[in-house]
Amino acid sequence: MTVVEADSKPACTAGVALDSVSKVFGRGPGAVRALDRVTFDVAPGEFLCLVGASGCGKTTLLNLIAGLDRPTGGSIDTGGRRTAFMFQEPALLPWLSAQANVELALRLRGVGKDERRRQAEELLERVHLGGSGHLQPHELSGGMRQRVALARSLAQEADILLMDEPFAALDAMTRDLLHDELERLWSTTGLTVVFVTHNVREAARLGDRILLLTSRPGRVAATFPVEIPRPRRIDTPEVSGLAALVTDRLKEEIRSHGR
Amino acid sequence: MAVDASRLDAEFAGLDALEAQEAPPGPGLLRRAWTGLWPKLAAIGIVVAVWQAVVWAGLKDPWVLPGPAAVFDELSSLVTQGSFWTAVGVTMRRAATGYVLAVAIGVVIGVLVARFKLLRTAVGSLITGLQTMPSIAWFPLAILLFGLKESAILFVVVLGAAPSIANGLLTGVDSVPPALVRCGRVLGAGSVDMYRFVILPASLPSFIGGLKQGWAFAWRSLMAGEIFVIIARRPSLGANLQFARDISDARGLLAHMVVILVVGILVDSVFGRAERSVRRRWGLVDVADVP
Repeated sequence: MTVVEADSKPACTAGVALDSVSKVFGRGPGAVRALDRVTFDVAPGEFLCLVGASGCGKTTLLNLIAGLDRPTGGSIDTGGRRTAFMFQEPALLPWLSAQANVELALRLRGVGKDERRRQAEELLERVHLGGSGHLQPHELSGGMRQRVALARSLAQEADILLMDEPFAALDAMTRDLLHDELERLWSTTGLTVVFVTHNVREAARLGDRILLLTSRPGRVAATFPVEIPRPRRIDTPEVSGLAALVTDRLKEEIRSHGR
Repeated sequence: MAVDASRLDAEFAGLDALEAQEAPPGPGLLRRAWTGLWPKLAAIGIVVAVWQAVVWAGLKDPWVLPGPAAVFDELSSLVTQGSFWTAVGVTMRRAATGYVLAVAIGVVIGVLVARFKLLRTAVGSLITGLQTMPSIAWFPLAILLFGLKESAILFVVVLGAAPSIANGLLTGVDSVPPALVRCGRVLGAGSVDMYRFVILPASLPSFIGGLKQGWAFAWRSLMAGEIFVIIARRPSLGANLQFARDISDARGLLAHMVVILVVGILVDSVFGRAERSVRRRWGLVDVADVP
């Protein structure tokens, strides 16, 4: 397995292109530099995982790509492609049924009433929630809620799916199934995915490529291509081996903050 | 290459079935009604008993403080009289008009103040101040402005109720979970859609609380108003109260007070019901807590 250090630039026509993106919060001496000249590209249809310790600005980075926030310096180019965003918490509207939550995403895109219903049913079917559309979010388990959130993200018909530790709050078995599910959906849709996680194994299980970010400020420390054939399992030696490699590099980075 | 969809389907189905929180079968309708009813009946029983005890103690003359039996006697003859129902009609019409106006005004003010920061700084604390102002203090001014007319009463009812309603909405808007707002933004909601689909529905529980409190204030203001502003040939519950005092008819007075109390409780229970149904729908109540 090869490790490509940050300064060597991947050469591909980008789905998302970040060019020395910086983000500073606040002003003056108290200002916090969350991201420092972050440069990387995501190829169309690529599954990119971002890993890093706390304070590496992963969430900030996703917010910037989604256009929820503006960078202090540098540029982000998504080529006018639409982005969808999935969070760690499902963020379902508690007063709407699962079906209505998915329909809202369609409605905000201007999809007509009958079409909304049809598409929402189809999307719920795709995340294996065919018969559960009528249930309120509080009647669903954590994994089911996150699948509704996934269906809602898909309803946005975006080209780029941004995921901010979407499975971090789930139990291992549910997470395992959702990995399979996400891999299946990704391989059948041609989505570009940018997936942020604390969990190095998860990154090795899912990604085409893993970017390791430094903390305070966030910078790209290393890139790990993942050349393990799909479909993958999280418990194979290949995935574990790569995860160990990335973890070692991450620990090295963490140690540098203790000095 | 592809992950087997049917295997996944079966695995998810199994997991979902295991994790689904099936509500245990609740008690039957009759039983539920009884569990809700008996504490109320017991409370009424205790109040009536204390009342009777005070009467028997002979602290006051019976024509000043009649016992429950005499009052309920009076009440049962009252409800057969057309003039009583005319009075109830007038009072309820005023309550409805004043309350609807208060809701309309309260909602507009609530949304505006929630929306514009400057407006909030300017009048945010004023709204809370108005809420604590005893409505009866408005009557002298209202009578000066409108004369002894309906509009004087409505003016005070609206002033009594609207701040609570605006405040309820405001609190609701302020306490919308940031995650939901972020979700709305991610789904592409502009500021109008954000209010329509996210912020206003999310503030519903608090808004209902405001509506409920607004009703309590409206009803109090209305009674004060009807005692203060008596319009000729237009009987009302408040006016009847005043007339009963004028002719020292303690039985009639207490009978009317019972009616006023009962109307207040009945309307309040409608809001209580709405509140509970929203909380249940949102999953804010544990199954075990439902009476």
